[in-house]
Amino acid sequence: MRSSTYIPSPTTLKIRRGLSVALKYTILILVCMIVVSPILTAILGGLRTTGEFIARPFGLPTKGIQWENYTNILEDNIFWRSVRNSLYITLASTAFTVILSSTMAFVFSRIQFKGREVLFNILSLGLLFPLGIAILPIFLQIRALHLTDSYWGVVMPLVAFSLPSSTIILRTFFRAIPPELEDASYIDGCTRIGFFVYILLPLARPAITAIATLQVIAGWNEYFLSLLVLTDSKKWPLTLGLMQFQGDHATDWARMMAYVTILIVPAVIFYLFAEKYIVTGLTGGELKG
Amino acid sequence: MSALGAQVQTITRQRDKTHPRRINFGKWGTISLFVLPGMLLFILFVLIPIAKAAQYSLYDWDGFGPLTEYVKFGNYDRLNDHKPFRSAINHSFFIMFLSLTIQLPLAMMLALLVGRGKLHGRKIFRMILFVPFVFSEIITALIWMYVFHPGEGLANVAFGTLIPGFEGQTWLGDRDLVMYSLFAVLTWKYFGFYMILYMAGLQGVSKELEEAARVDGANELQVLRYVTLPLLGSTIRLTIYLSVLGSFQQFAIAWILTRGGSPANSSHLISTYLYKFGIKTFRLGYGSSVAVVLFTISLLFSLGYQRIVLRRDYAD
Repeated sequence: MRSSTYIPSPTTLKIRRGLSVALKYTILILVCMIVVSPILTAILGGLRTTGEFIARPFGLPTKGIQWENYTNILEDNIFWRSVRNSLYITLASTAFTVILSSTMAFVFSRIQFKGREVLFNILSLGLLFPLGIAILPIFLQIRALHLTDSYWGVVMPLVAFSLPSSTIILRTFFRAIPPELEDASYIDGCTRIGFFVYILLPLARPAITAIATLQVIAGWNEYFLSLLVLTDSKKWPLTLGLMQFQGDHATDWARMMAYVTILIVPAVIFYLFAEKYIVTGLTGGELKG
Repeated sequence: MSALGAQVQTITRQRDKTHPRRINFGKWGTISLFVLPGMLLFILFVLIPIAKAAQYSLYDWDGFGPLTEYVKFGNYDRLNDHKPFRSAINHSFFIMFLSLTIQLPLAMMLALLVGRGKLHGRKIFRMILFVPFVFSEIITALIWMYVFHPGEGLANVAFGTLIPGFEGQTWLGDRDLVMYSLFAVLTWKYFGFYMILYMAGLQGVSKELEEAARVDGANELQVLRYVTLPLLGSTIRLTIYLSVLGSFQQFAIAWILTRGGSPANSSHLISTYLYKFGIKTFRLGYGSSVAVVLFTISLLFSLGYQRIVLRRDYAD
């Protein structure tokens, strides 16, 4: 692999390193600008009037900040109704995902029985089909079960499709907990379920938080399933509410961007607090620091 | 939850004391209590629907009443003849191809820059780059509709400032441009996800090996090509897998940005085609045949890829 026998002097090395650091910063700042500028543009858009928008879609507010764009939305009962609906869907799907995947992962990692691997492999089949690919068949199944226009019709498939990956992640975590701990707790009079609830779950808290966080994001952002299942607009979550709003105010860009901003702010705050757990969930705990 | 747990614990403890031979029952009790609900849900909402879709696809069915009009492979023949469907398949593969050749390398480059090393502020960069991942697809699509506004939207303003004489484009209305615009948005939304996976992989790359190569006279590119990337092999193979499957399930962003496949159904992906021609028009038998095509593509890819490529990564 030796490319040349030329050995650069320490000063040229220092200059080269400085140049490479400068290049790295240039690339990073450029990419960060591309990532952030659409978000900032949308936020700025919500502060202006639609008249200003039509004259110049991209620019600063010149006629004063238009707080009405926000207050109109925040004083609207329909907005708060969809917030509540989104919370229902998010909380229910997160709770069920955590409960069902942790109990399954416990059995798949800690209890030997005949047929365990078969069951586990059937569950792993789910990894082949993301929700977006199977949407029509799920919709038909929900109709056959008379779950249309019910939150369960959205929550159950969301949970079912998240079970394979979350069970597999938790199983890996549970496996890493030494079996001696389990034996010791049995000697101390703990039952299987007692060991699971009082020892395993607290130890696996980072992994469980990670799974819950990912599910919160999935539930809060869910769109396609609600679009098909929930025909009653009183049950619509924020994603559908936003699309409804967009349909009603197609030319009212300023108000639409105000709506978008209202949804971006809590998402970013949540992100700042949960980033660590999102990363853990996505990488199975491999990424630190 | 914990109160319930305590109750369960005392009850089972008592039972174990009075009936020591029932421990075995306890094992199967735990198994069925813990596994059955999840498995039932999974079978009911994942496996059965997928199997049923194959059956529906052989019928002309509007979604109401029993399946009576058996058309054999008629739906598939019609799909094959429908131009928008063929272009939808092509577009999905096009998005997949661009994701693999542009999105993943970009994510890798950024992961190498902020994933390790002593660069000041790399954690802040990492946080900013990963932000779009938490936005819903709807928010993403609306933000970018604004950016791609054909008047003086951010895209036209930015290009107009950077490139003298740049003419404003209708990014989403031009059938030659719309797929690239869509891809740009998908990249913006998802590259952070792959970057995070690469950063996790980089933690497992031994610095000593890279240092050894440098001592042997390798330059930085050679270290990257012959040491770092090969050691990231399993992560790269995983991201390729996720990226391909992800490309085929894109719906919301494409649906909103292309306004349902416009102009003139020239910008569909498989999923938007399925929604427009299968679900919205209640031709559910026809739609099921689209779903079966979609499954078959993902299933063949997944099985083939797992057999051939991922196999060595999961031999435990």
